[in-house]
Amino acid sequence: MKPAPFDYVAPATVDEACSVLAEAGGGATILAGGQTLLPLLNLRMSQPFIIVDINKIAELQGIARADSCTRIGPMTRQCEVIASEDLARDLPVLVQAVGHVGHHQTRNRGTIGGSIALGEPAAELPATAVALDAMIEVRSTRGTRQIPAGEFYLGPYMSALEADELVTGISFPDWPKGHIPLFREVAQRPGDFALLGMVGALSVEGGKIARAGLAWFGMGPTPIRAKAAEQMLLGRSLDGFDPQAVAERAIADTAPFDDHHASAEYRRTVGARIFVRTLREALELEELA
Amino acid sequence: MSKHHVEMTINGRRHAGDVEARVSLSDFLRGDAGYTGVHVGCEHGVCGACTVIVEGKAVRSCLMLAVQADGAQVTTVEGLAAPDGTLHPVQQVLLDEHALQCGFCTPGVVMTLAALTNDAQKPSEAQLLAALSGHICRCTGYQGIRRAAKKLAGAARGKS
Repeated sequence: MKPAPFDYVAPATVDEACSVLAEAGGGATILAGGQTLLPLLNLRMSQPFIIVDINKIAELQGIARADSCTRIGPMTRQCEVIASEDLARDLPVLVQAVGHVGHHQTRNRGTIGGSIALGEPAAELPATAVALDAMIEVRSTRGTRQIPAGEFYLGPYMSALEADELVTGISFPDWPKGHIPLFREVAQRPGDFALLGMVGALSVEGGKIARAGLAWFGMGPTPIRAKAAEQMLLGRSLDGFDPQAVAERAIADTAPFDDHHASAEYRRTVGARIFVRTLREALELEELA
Repeated sequence: MSKHHVEMTINGRRHAGDVEARVSLSDFLRGDAGYTGVHVGCEHGVCGACTVIVEGKAVRSCLMLAVQADGAQVTTVEGLAAPDGTLHPVQQVLLDEHALQCGFCTPGVVMTLAALTNDAQKPSEAQLLAALSGHICRCTGYQGIRRAAKKLAGAARGKS
């Protein structure tokens, strides 16, 4: 199918984009990489009056170091994150997660901010932002605010982002050198929507787990932080906990659903399995180091 | 409903036109510019048949608006073979390995492999095979396409 008619504007600055969004009073839709929006337009599941294309806004692009964090411009393409040597060193789990978003061809257009802002429950990047305590900066003509990723997602495709607001930056706080990335997802084919997955990181100091950030995707209406499981890990030595017990605690916080791909029970069962396996693998890696 | 003037370079030739904002790059390439080698299958980014090269990268032309390609360099499958008909190395390898039957998915597969092997970086076999996950082929059972990708691995072609 072909999209319903719409007006198209491609502002050159964030200020300009915010003015358009404010004037449109909710009738505008932001076009970032378009790898989700264009299918929705083609299927006429989305019929906006105005498309605000933010591809020409230079200030929304790029990966930069900031005060004890890495700031990623929302229009940074997914392929740029995969190619970034800085991110491979500083935030390996983000690179790993992005590698599972769509296909090579869609990652050449798809953006970090687009995926973060959309809030698809089975998407990798929202959960990664939640697990790693990312801060999402949003701007409108009313001003700028910072929203912790953990408070950003309200439901499937629903977020704290107001209709006149634009995501202008995603800041990932630094993790200590040598921290352990954790990532695993289950999908029917490469590039498919994940049935479920987990993402996060651990850091170890003096033989004890000093920091833990863990989140699920595809296990509920939003990304779900495994807070209780993190608490069980903190302060423990690497052989001082039972991975199965931690996994069961992590599963207890989820709210998976039945759909035509998998039942909630399947998601819980497989979720616990991948959680245990990912932890075990990560610990072995650490023992070798 | 806004209309826009667009100009882009397609297979080395400048092409201009006035398009409605909602016209996809794939429809512009086929309908306005006449490059019907751009095959349109699912129109939601799943099948990969419409893949073209925009600014050096393989992208879905059904998931881009024509107006977004204003000023861009676009290559379709028609732009790969030499003027004398000599096939592009990727096309030759697909032919040699019997990697096509009906040919509907083929232009997309060719453009993905061409984009990756045109890069100065030599793609690994794993990279090429992973990129092929973005294409659906209903005839070949993929084995010929995989053989072709394996032959291309590590073989950067230089900018064509």
